Amino acid sequence: MFTASVVLAALALTLAWPVPLILARAAWPARAPGTALVLWQSIALAGGLSMIGSLVLYGLIPFGGNLIEGGFEFVRHLFAGTLPPDANFSQMFALCLAALLTGHLLLSLLLTVVRSEKQRARHLSLVNLLSAPLEGNPGTRVLDHPSPVAYCLPGTTSSVTVLSEGLLTLLDESQLRAVIAHENAHLAQQHHLVLLAFKSWHSALPWFPIANRAETAVAVLVEMLADDQARRATDDRTLATAIALVGSGAATDPGAPELTWANRGEIEPGLVGPRVVRLLNPQHPLSSSARAVVLLAATALLVIPTVLLVLI
Amino acid sequence: MATLGELERTVMDVLWGADGSLSANELRDRLDSANGAKELAVTTVLTVLSRLENKGFVERDRSSRPHLYRSVTTRAEHTADLMHEVLGSAPDREAALARFVGQVSPEEAETLRALLSGTRNS
Repeated sequence: MFTASVVLAALALTLAWPVPLILARAAWPARAPGTALVLWQSIALAGGLSMIGSLVLYGLIPFGGNLIEGGFEFVRHLFAGTLPPDANFSQMFALCLAALLTGHLLLSLLLTVVRSEKQRARHLSLVNLLSAPLEGNPGTRVLDHPSPVAYCLPGTTSSVTVLSEGLLTLLDESQLRAVIAHENAHLAQQHHLVLLAFKSWHSALPWFPIANRAETAVAVLVEMLADDQARRATDDRTLATAIALVGSGAATDPGAPELTWANRGEIEPGLVGPRVVRLLNPQHPLSSSARAVVLLAATALLVIPTVLLVLI
Repeated sequence: MATLGELERTVMDVLWGADGSLSANELRDRLDSANGAKELAVTTVLTVLSRLENKGFVERDRSSRPHLYRSVTTRAEHTADLMHEVLGSAPDREAALARFVGQVSPEEAETLRALLSGTRNS
């Protein structure tokens, strides 16, 4: 059990530091955003699982030979208020740490979900007051504002795509179709759930630079996935032009400076540029065999810690 | 900023449409003519008005009998405030919605413009 706990700790460290760094710098995710997104989720889950699992296994050593036996024995001791004779301080500390970490991560997830749900509801009520439906596009509303804006508000019961008058003037019909297809892809593929999970991970570990990097990488991948849906509705150049127009227009519009300037410190360089470049110079999608390898690796990442935890 | 409930919004609509100050009684009469089906008690109107006063939407003139009420901002100002909130960015809200194009730095906007005009060969 000690060996398994050391292996899990090593896995957790690898998944917390070098692996996300390498993946964030790799070029292939742009060629297979969906597959890369699966890998990111697997890395995050496996990282958490191995970190907590390693602590639990180490802490349970004095209670029994494996997780199940040790777990039962632990509960028995917990209710009896006793400790096994060979238990030491560092093992109990590891168990406390595991409990704290698990609670912290779950609580942060809950908090992020509740907060964003509240924001979403408030935003939706404001949008309903301020906007009118767009003819011929159910679920799409138009804000009477000159700056070009497009976003979607995913909801549990109903979702809305919000556009602005400024956007309608800025873009022609086919560009607009690209924007709507892009937003509809976000809604159909439930991207907000993935983003929410990584957001909560980041807010749970704000001092952990990798979490920030992962959140950014996942945000870009989600945009690329939606772009891939949108380029089916129009052509690559139309979509790229729409992105560039909205991107450069939104940044220069004096009417709504907070739109782009408020979080100046948080602007990640190059979130939009790569999307445009990717559309203007299309590369071959990753081969299906390479994608299969990545998916296999993603599965292995989840299976290995589980096996180490349960079977050893 | 604070938002308005349905009844509060109806009362504000009347105040915004009025030339000057209104008493609670006058307000109720106009509300009745606005939506004839609903008969509101004056006490209900007074409750709504004091809530609106607390939220900063309504000013009360206590020097006259009965008290007179008037709206603090115009309807257009209120709409502009709401629009400002909808379009402004706060980290919490960014999590709740997915923008077509997110935050763009000035350098990146410049790059995008260059891409658009085709002056940059990539």
